[in-house]
Amino acid sequence: MRPADLVGAAAGNTFRSKTRTILTILAIFVGAFTLTITNGLGTGINRYIDDTVAAMGADDVMTVTKVAENATDDSDGPREYDPDAIVSEREGPPGTTNVVAPIGPAELDDLAGIDGVVRVQPVKSVDVDSIAHEGGTEYEIGIGGFVSGMRLQLAAGEQPDAAASGYEVVIPDAYLDVLGFDDADAAIDEPVTLAVTDAERTRHELEATVVGVAEASLGTTSSAVPNEALNDALFAAQSTGLDASQRDIYSQATVWFDPASTADEITALQDRLDDAGYDSTTVAERLGAFKSVIDGIVLVLNAFAIIALLAASFGIVNTLLMSVQERTREIGLMKAMGMGSGKVFGLFSLEAVFIGFLGSAIGAGLGMVVGSAISSVLGGRLLADLPGLTLIAFDPVSIVVIIVLVMGVAFLAGTLPAVRAARADPVESLRYE
Amino acid sequence: MTAPILSARDVRKSYGRGANRFDALKAVSLDIREGESIAIVGKSGSGKSTLMHVLALLDQPTDGTVELAGTDTRALSGAALNRARNQTFGFVFQQFFLTPNASVLENVMLPLKIAGVGRAERRRRALESLEQLELGDKAKNKAVNLSGGQKQRTVIARALVNRPRVIFADEPTGNLDTATGAVVEDILFDLNREHGITLIIVTHDEELAERCDRRVHIRDGLIVDVIENPTATKSADAESASEPEAAATAAERAA
Ligand SMILES: Nc1ncnc2c1ncn2[C@@H]1O[C@H](COP(=O)(O)OP(=O)(O)O)[C@@H](O)[C@H]1O
Ligand SMILES: [Mg+2]
Repeated sequence: MRPADLVGAAAGNTFRSKTRTILTILAIFVGAFTLTITNGLGTGINRYIDDTVAAMGADDVMTVTKVAENATDDSDGPREYDPDAIVSEREGPPGTTNVVAPIGPAELDDLAGIDGVVRVQPVKSVDVDSIAHEGGTEYEIGIGGFVSGMRLQLAAGEQPDAAASGYEVVIPDAYLDVLGFDDADAAIDEPVTLAVTDAERTRHELEATVVGVAEASLGTTSSAVPNEALNDALFAAQSTGLDASQRDIYSQATVWFDPASTADEITALQDRLDDAGYDSTTVAERLGAFKSVIDGIVLVLNAFAIIALLAASFGIVNTLLMSVQERTREIGLMKAMGMGSGKVFGLFSLEAVFIGFLGSAIGAGLGMVVGSAISSVLGGRLLADLPGLTLIAFDPVSIVVIIVLVMGVAFLAGTLPAVRAARADPVESLRYE
Repeated sequence: MTAPILSARDVRKSYGRGANRFDALKAVSLDIREGESIAIVGKSGSGKSTLMHVLALLDQPTDGTVELAGTDTRALSGAALNRARNQTFGFVFQQFFLTPNASVLENVMLPLKIAGVGRAERRRRALESLEQLELGDKAKNKAVNLSGGQKQRTVIARALVNRPRVIFADEPTGNLDTATGAVVEDILFDLNREHGITLIIVTHDEELAERCDRRVHIRDGLIVDVIENPTATKSADAESASEPEAAATAAERAA
């Protein structure tokens, strides 16, 4: 028997007992549908996180803090007070040291000398009071750090130019209305005034040009993002009145490394930083914890879908056993006519695989339709605050994997009946009287 | 003279073991000449079907050998046995064993499908075979909608489609009324006469048996009598190719 004929015959046989086959396909459909949705959830959320990684920072940088002398992990109990320590605003995974030692020019030199560090720059965190457009009402706003290589999710305009000497700023789209812009495009190239107050309570105003409007995302919800020149100017204004020793003290530094570094090389660099007394966090680490929670949830959901599939696979076993039983005579006849046992096995296991294919293809297809519908409905309401998030997204590879997986399960379920059919003795099945 | 197409030598077939052992065939020897028609006659349970299954290479004898055109079939691999059954034999059973919801054409094409013949060729040959049995107009009908005689003719068309050298027919008219049965018999003997296809008919119908060149009587797993039929249509041929020794020994043993 030719392979194509075998497949054709198997597909044809599937629909001999329509009700039974349809019920079996329905059972598989439920499993495949669930698996598609749960997988789509994982794909959608992780894709969103990946997009956000780019907005949170470039992937060739890490944030470095100096470990304070008396630093202990939270779990080690109460910490001794150190008047020189800075309580870092940086949030990290539980267990990381929150109290850091100051980073000054000496430490910056120290960091620059560590093998693998391409560039080091202090993080000049700026606290602006307000933003205003052409003398209008002032609104409170935060300032997000920007490092070259980072990509904001923009509604209009472009990324701040790290190399530009002019003052550039990207404002969040939530500020468009209140600052008096009709839409995102109208804000581009418009001047805004940022106000900072220094240590002596003197107010400084700086004018910057809006180069872009950022969509709110996980990374930068409601902060304005200045370019380097503006950030430096804001920092300088903020530091007015401080003496030199105080001015050059930072709580964090940004370290650049070779973007081509492998995960191992990055770990090695972090170890060297650790040896030198610095804590470092890569962007990936900042998102890693979040991602593994998502992956964990998706894994549990997938497990439920797999259980449904296992239940459905018993349906396949049952359907095919009945089929083998009913077709004993036919199997005997085909064997009498010279069909080999291998082909008989193939015929029945292909039938199982075909049932699996139908169930999973319909399940995955409908899963994608329903999943897309759900995420567009939720995207408009519940999750409207997270633009760019497609809650349930599908990538072709995982859909193909699901279909192949279900077909594999179906094949395994089909082996028992198929072996029974292959073993059938033609003489026994053709006997009558 | 040429080797017999099928030759059974001291074939025994036992079922069960120990105290439950039952000998369905006890040292049966029989030569079947190419082109003859032979009836295996006997009461129910005498071992007719068992002998036919052994000759048709569907069942292995417990002891003894079956030669196909001079080749010891014990030496053949499973695939070779399958090929021999597919290419050399055609089967007609009392029960039709048609796939009820498939078309007549599909049913007839089955042996060609198993043989791996291409789609177009398959169709052509199956239609040809159906034409031969005057069923061309029923090709698209579902097998379940045919009358008994049409069903048995479809079965014969299926047996013929691979141009076999031997047709095995186990009670081919058992499920048909007398008139329809006679038509089916005529078709089988026509095939034997005009196409030289060897016919091995298992029956307990003496009238049908008398139309064959030879009748082999079997009782309790032993050949008790072999009767040449001088009045049979192919009598001239049968006599010239007569080879009664195997039959004779069997008869002696029975006596
Ligand atoms: N699988 C089997 N197990 C035990 N006995 C069997 C089996 N098949 C056939 N027999 C016995 O062998 C004898 C011959 O059977 P069979 O060749 O079918 O007879 P016939 O076709 O002449 O009616 C019968 O007595 C039958 O009961
Ligand atoms: Mg019988």
